[in-house]
Amino acid sequence: MWRWLHPYAKPEATYRLVEKLLPWFAALTFISLVVGVVWGLAFAPADYQQGDSYRIIFLHVPAAIFSMGAYAGMAIMGGIALIWQIKTAEWSIPAIAPVGAALTVVALLTGAIWGKPMWGTWWIWDARLTSELILLFLYIGVMALYFAFDDARTGAKAAAILSLVGVINLPIIHYSVEWWNTLHQGATITKFERPSIATSMLIPLLICLAGFLFLTISLVMMRLKNEILRHELGRPWAQQELEKN
Amino acid sequence: MINASMRQVWLAVLKRDLRIAARRRSDALNPLLFLLMVVTLFPLGVGPGPDILARIAPGIIWVAALLASLLGLERLFKDDFQDGTLEQLCLLPQPLAFTTTAKVMAHWLLTGLPLVILSPLLALLLSLPMQGWWALALSLLLGTPALSALGAIGAALTLQVQRGSSLISLILIPLFIPLLIFATAAVENASMGLAVHGQLAILAAISVLTITLSPLAIAAGIKMSVN
Repeated sequence: MWRWLHPYAKPEATYRLVEKLLPWFAALTFISLVVGVVWGLAFAPADYQQGDSYRIIFLHVPAAIFSMGAYAGMAIMGGIALIWQIKTAEWSIPAIAPVGAALTVVALLTGAIWGKPMWGTWWIWDARLTSELILLFLYIGVMALYFAFDDARTGAKAAAILSLVGVINLPIIHYSVEWWNTLHQGATITKFERPSIATSMLIPLLICLAGFLFLTISLVMMRLKNEILRHELGRPWAQQELEKN
Repeated sequence: MINASMRQVWLAVLKRDLRIAARRRSDALNPLLFLLMVVTLFPLGVGPGPDILARIAPGIIWVAALLASLLGLERLFKDDFQDGTLEQLCLLPQPLAFTTTAKVMAHWLLTGLPLVILSPLLALLLSLPMQGWWALALSLLLGTPALSALGAIGAALTLQVQRGSSLISLILIPLFIPLLIFATAAVENASMGLAVHGQLAILAAISVLTITLSPLAIAAGIKMSVN
């Protein structure tokens, strides 16, 4: 396996790979998001309890899932960067963090928009909402730490360590928040009992999930390309790449 | 594998830090005064009624303790970083992760332990019911080591940052949340006369986990900056 992987420690090789893969992922993103969102918003049946307002789950659930998935990916990249000192892994941290933070914001906003008609309030100190908010703070911390250093490599290492610390803490935070909420005000929270979802809604949801996965990957790839170019500006291949466009 | 030389180094680092603190008492006292003042602000802000104070006392005291623990953190490694002591610690044959625990211990002795001792006074000021006092002291005793250990991670990561103190707060506050939840739950339960063993056990578990794993992150952070 290493024989295939170690060439990508060289930034140029990673750049070429990303360049080759990006159009495919972008196309997949476009197809699956258009199909999933149109199907979900226009053709899936309305919910018998919530009417049409449930349809926001086609954006909310994928964003929430991949806001956490992106953090896991960032932590894995942080581990690779610390253990094998691979530069492209270091650069992928600032590539992933803003995408993950944006997904977290989308999940929070769509949740608030859904919560207003359903729960009667924009914000509630529910366990899931609170831990999603804390996830946003963790992303902000990683980004702030990365950009606080003059030397980019030190910043990347610091952000890598922090993202690893965060990934150990994330389950602890999640479960403690869940426990706190049920302890204090279990009765007032109308926790949304999700009935096992009907197949006619599940299929567009799954397509949307795939769409958000491809979207996350494509956005990270685009950012990673820029990061690689930004750090390799002095190299001849990067100069040629820039002149080509 | 702790042998005699490691114990010697550990004690030397601890003693040195304590001696430095003894020579510069204001550094150690300021966070405590800050804590006391923050606690004083709340009765002025929400009204002096004992009912409401007693209800929010655990939260106030713990939030104030979290904020106070952030105050001196920037200095934890910075002076040693600037005068080269940290480099010497990196060069020791003893692992850096091990020697940093002595610094964390010194930090806890200077900030965490006085808080535990001070806690009955704070409980009195906020008219916390008598049953809650020992739970407050115990929760601080079990929780503040984790505050020092996590805080040291933040201090180590921001060594090279010029004005790092706001960055430290930004990084650390999310990580402090579980401690706040379980500690305040313990004190609240105790003042209502309920069992608190569960919460205190979880606090102790978090502290043990943090103290065991954080030296690795602290050492990594220091090595990253010293290079």
